[in-house]
Amino acid sequence: MPLSGLDIFKLLPKTNCGDCGVPTCMAFAMKLAQKKAELSECPHASEEAKETLGAASEPPIRLVRIGGAHALEIGNETVMFRHEKTFFHQTGIALQLRTSENKEQLLSKIKEIENYKVERVGEELKTDLFFISHNSEEKDVFLKILQLVKENSTKGIILDCPDKEVLKAGLDWLRDEQPAIFMQEEATDKDIELAKNHNASLVLTAHSFDELARQSEKAKEAGVNDLILNLASKDAGLQLQNNTIMRRSALKKNFKPFGYPLFAFIQAKNEFDFLAKASLFLCKYDSIIVLPQFDEAMLYTLFTLRQNIYTDPQKPIQVDPKVYPIGEPTPESPIFVTTNFSLTYFIVSGEIENSGISAHLVVCDTEGQSVLTAWAAEKFVGEKIAKFIKDIKLEQQVKTRKLIIPGFVSQISGDLEENLPGWEVIVACQEASDIPSFVKNVKLT
Amino acid sequence: MNFEIPKETNPGKIVEVTIGATAKQGGTRSHTITIGGSTALPFHFFEGEHPHQPVIAMEVFDKVPAKYPASLMDYYRDVIDKPADMAKKCVEEYGAELISVRLEGTHPEKGNKSAEEAAEIVKQVLESVSIPIIITGHSHFEKINEVMKKVCEVTEGENCLINYVETDNYKTIAAACIAYNHTLVAQTPIDVNLAKQLNILLTDMNFPAEKIVVDPLTGTLGYGLEYTYSIMERILNDGLGGDKMLAFPMLINPGYESSKVKEARVSREDYPEWGDQELRGAYWEIATSVSLLAAGAELLIMYHPKAVEVVKKNISEMFDLKNGD
Repeated sequence: MPLSGLDIFKLLPKTNCGDCGVPTCMAFAMKLAQKKAELSECPHASEEAKETLGAASEPPIRLVRIGGAHALEIGNETVMFRHEKTFFHQTGIALQLRTSENKEQLLSKIKEIENYKVERVGEELKTDLFFISHNSEEKDVFLKILQLVKENSTKGIILDCPDKEVLKAGLDWLRDEQPAIFMQEEATDKDIELAKNHNASLVLTAHSFDELARQSEKAKEAGVNDLILNLASKDAGLQLQNNTIMRRSALKKNFKPFGYPLFAFIQAKNEFDFLAKASLFLCKYDSIIVLPQFDEAMLYTLFTLRQNIYTDPQKPIQVDPKVYPIGEPTPESPIFVTTNFSLTYFIVSGEIENSGISAHLVVCDTEGQSVLTAWAAEKFVGEKIAKFIKDIKLEQQVKTRKLIIPGFVSQISGDLEENLPGWEVIVACQEASDIPSFVKNVKLT
Repeated sequence: MNFEIPKETNPGKIVEVTIGATAKQGGTRSHTITIGGSTALPFHFFEGEHPHQPVIAMEVFDKVPAKYPASLMDYYRDVIDKPADMAKKCVEEYGAELISVRLEGTHPEKGNKSAEEAAEIVKQVLESVSIPIIITGHSHFEKINEVMKKVCEVTEGENCLINYVETDNYKTIAAACIAYNHTLVAQTPIDVNLAKQLNILLTDMNFPAEKIVVDPLTGTLGYGLEYTYSIMERILNDGLGGDKMLAFPMLINPGYESSKVKEARVSREDYPEWGDQELRGAYWEIATSVSLLAAGAELLIMYHPKAVEVVKKNISEMFDLKNGD
């Protein structure tokens, strides 16, 4: 929680000695409040001042990294609702591997997960972590999986291993990999020591707020700062409440023991139930979701939800400006023109598709603005559209010489024709939902 | 450090809206359904009241939808062109709590069925199921006004949920709802101020506040969900914060919207990285429904039986918490 200049002034020596380079303590306090100076510039600052100011400058929810070179970053969130600013560090998606699994298929499974990626609105989406669970008697299998993952993947690893000897052996292997340790039970001093010595973050598990807060303080005192909190709840409703309460405590009450990313281990009846719970927790503050099995449809759904929820509400998502084929267009197919605001693109392309025709959809670069906004900002006007159409050499790709523009910008049609000799402009309907009937009633080419 | 749960109480309360009417109330429904009444954010039982659970409606059609996904057709093939039978199936086999009758076929370009034909279909559905019903229209103003007037008249007293009016076309349908005692959906395109304005217009014509349900317009997963999600959270926060013109329960359309998108229709052969088509159709609707439930949806019109089953189960599980289980 930020301190005001006056709050800081009270903590300073108030001697106006000028040793910090600023004539008065008050002026120095003001600079500190604006983050234009550092407390270390004052040689006379008390221990109390250092502690208080240090705590105040920490983010309310700590940023935690899991993994080596391409570490996943979670936490450091600042708001309860995405419309208040944005959610910054998206939920990490982990795939669970178990020692009880069919060993013959482990390697191909790991490779399949490692290689899985899918593109959506210009973003490459993939899984972030492996969650490795030791749930059988075979100790060597855990290390064997670890070895396979290390050899075949760059993703971060979370170790779920109640056998502390095996866990230690695994951690020795992952020295430079910044793994995380998932604690099924309360973390002992030894566990905390182990995490500290191996530069690992610790997923703390507890069954009540007080117990979790106590463990979190204990770990911090012992020097483990990278914590992830798992308040094990018996059902989804309680988990949702608990996540909200902990996030609120950290952000609004500055309750330090809960100032870390959250984790929930989802238990579900079947894949549909799992997705329902995963969707809920993805929206409401979970930083890691562990999938029990590899299922492309599930991953694609969760990736899309994650992209939606973690998109910055102040920055529209853009699609690449270019010509998109709808259906199977030929050089004689009609040509629609619109802007590169992703929602506009999705709705317009969807409605052209619904109309049953094939067409070319020219998506102009309007920096992600919608039709009317882009027109008002002079990014979707005759001259700009004409230039774009020339730049992409549309004339060489198609035989059609008619452009269909959105009804909301009918006023640009004259200007557009003037800038594009040889082309005719057709003004379409205003709403995309009317495209199917527009297509039926108007000659498009 | 001892932990104390930080509770936030709200000055506002969401309006309670009841759909349907029993014989005693002048209708023929076996029971009514009430939504709204909350004094806290969704499922925050620790700091407020949630007297009613969100409910799930399923939809039947006056005309087989042009682009109905094959994965859904497998569930409804035998009844898709028989709205009364389909309604029965949705209730008895899939657990629908309300039935929405979508009158797309009355649109002049999609069949141009007459108002009388529409009224007949609605009557058949009312006879085949005993739960409250929703009548869902389209945006051809002239035609839908004529259709809704007729439907409101022949269902007088049933307190159907008439879905929907919009800012440019609300007077005729709202007047019919008042005359024949129905509840109304006010739909606006993903915007807090527009939603508020339409509610003001309606209440200004003495439309009773306890008969308004707000449709903020559903962007499905991957197609604008984030906009709907945040608009709903903002509307709900403002409503709970004391703005009476934003304190109405909200309806969403995850079924209709999810069934239209490419993800529900294309095969795994064409899009291998999108995974199993069958699962994907249900997944898309589940993720849309659950995320919008978290944002404040209270009435969901859904299509996929698997999605309905699991969303309903999760709503009940969450409400177990309230019931002290």
